Amino acid sequence: MARLAGRRLLFAVPILLVVTFGVFAIAAASPFDPVKAYAGTAALGADAETLERLRENLGVDQPFISRWWHWLTAALTGDLGQSSVLRQPVADVIGERLVWSSLLCAVAFVVAVLAGTVLGVLAARRPGSALDRMITSVAYSLEAAPVFWLALLAVWLFALQLGVLPAGGLTDTASEQVTAHQVAGHLVLPAGVLAVSQLPWFTLYVRQGVGDALTEDPVRGARARGLSERTVLLGHALRSGLLPVLTLVGSRVPELITGALLVESVFSWPGIAAATVEAATAVDFPLLAALTTLATAAVLIGNLLADLLYGLFDPRVKFSDM
Amino acid sequence: MTCEPTTTADPGWRSYGASRRSTRAVRVRVSVALVAAIVLAVLLVPPLVHLDQQAVDLSSKLLPPSWSHPFGTDDLGRDLLLRCVYGMRVSLLVGVAAALTATVIGTAVGGIAGALGGWADRGLMRVVDTFSSVPHLLLGIFIVAMFRPGVWPVVVSVALTHWLSTARIVRAEVLSLRARPYIDAAVSGGASRWRVAVRHLLPAVLPQAALAAVLMVPHAMWHESALSFLGLGLPTHMASLGNLIQGARGSLLAGQWWPTLFPGLFIIIPTLAIAGLAGAWRERINPRRRSELML
Repeated sequence: MARLAGRRLLFAVPILLVVTFGVFAIAAASPFDPVKAYAGTAALGADAETLERLRENLGVDQPFISRWWHWLTAALTGDLGQSSVLRQPVADVIGERLVWSSLLCAVAFVVAVLAGTVLGVLAARRPGSALDRMITSVAYSLEAAPVFWLALLAVWLFALQLGVLPAGGLTDTASEQVTAHQVAGHLVLPAGVLAVSQLPWFTLYVRQGVGDALTEDPVRGARARGLSERTVLLGHALRSGLLPVLTLVGSRVPELITGALLVESVFSWPGIAAATVEAATAVDFPLLAALTTLATAAVLIGNLLADLLYGLFDPRVKFSDM
Repeated sequence: MTCEPTTTADPGWRSYGASRRSTRAVRVRVSVALVAAIVLAVLLVPPLVHLDQQAVDLSSKLLPPSWSHPFGTDDLGRDLLLRCVYGMRVSLLVGVAAALTATVIGTAVGGIAGALGGWADRGLMRVVDTFSSVPHLLLGIFIVAMFRPGVWPVVVSVALTHWLSTARIVRAEVLSLRARPYIDAAVSGGASRWRVAVRHLLPAVLPQAALAAVLMVPHAMWHESALSFLGLGLPTHMASLGNLIQGARGSLLAGQWWPTLFPGLFIIIPTLAIAGLAGAWRERINPRRRSELML
């Protein structure tokens, strides 16, 4: 298993290299001028000579390949450049915000997996029943609903109409420090919306997996032995039906990141995703490049996890074959 | 919702007999009717209904839904039903343009990879793998941030992130077609590579590619609306559905729900209708794989 992980990581390196290269190539092809972005409004009044000197200092006069190489070698030592919009090193921006994004994603993901399993089993128990139809219809509708729209409606309902939950941020505006109690209260809505946006996928897959398992011989055998319906459903069908779902969990990272991006921006959650939007609005290239690379790395790790889980949970798969 | 609105659930749910078959027929009819209504509304309302969607009427701002304004009015007194129809027109245009571009790219890459095989196949599939390692919305945001503002950056960024699945589908199809006797017959009959590709392979993969293109339209619409919502998409004067939702945030915080609710419904309904239609279509061209939209 360690060998498989090592080999997959080895495959991930060229992908990361190509992605960073592509990021620099796109930036080089774009009409965007990093000097003006760096200097901001000050560039308007500056004379040509100052701008030229700045251009040299930033290394922008070099071809993009050498800039890419420079960035890459610096990145390996932990120096990801300076964010022009947040006026602090990119590595610090990521360090400060990663924990909040991870917290949001982890809570949402766990809730989505648990609730999705319960709903999927309920739906699969009597295929075609009213409950099944209701769960599936709602799942498809939620799947089609934009997550930022759900988030806004949730703010309207829970924060404005009912007034039970805060509308955004990490803590109350009045409070000086970050306490666990405050964060938990502010986490409920964003995590809930993110979980709801991931829920349909789990529900539909669990329903599919358990529904298929219910028609297979082991279940028929268990029923013939007179085991209770509960044992059959939870002990036999769920266990084999959940297997394909579990292994696909790792491949949900891109959707989770996409969802987090939109949810964080609605709820002003101080995470990485919100920084991405800020960076994009201000065309903060160093920050954008680092965040794109980071997200790609997260996706690759997710894929690796999916492979490893697949091998761990399915005894038919040998790691040496992968 | 997620990045994959229409391709998530596995196809292949079991059959439950006659009652389900009839509900499926109903669902297909409803989907067809909805898609037809959307297309008609988008095409006919602007030339036939002589109401200005931009007409500002401050005396009737933020009216809740009523008989004269079924969806209510926004913060400038504009009729939201009209705004939604126009917004869907913009979103659909961008979606269709992006889906067509993505389908052309995907069909070309998948077709070349499948037809040539060998190192070209491996190389192109590596490119596909690399592209799919970057979260689509993030890549889209990056491209749009670098090439703002305008419609084309949005179309290109959506197209560039959506051709991957089409490339995979077309490649798989070409690989399976290559083994068929009629291709062997054409080759031994002396047809050139080019002729085999254009006259024999392309027509055979077109139904799959067209299905992928149709399924991509809601996807692309969703993507555009997300970009516009983040303030990185279409310019604000092009009132797409995403821009409408973004523009309604102020009203929402003041407690008016209707400027937010209805544009969102206009994203959900076409998505479900197109998915229902595409499911039925897929069954027709590929009867063994059952629809993913079976409830």
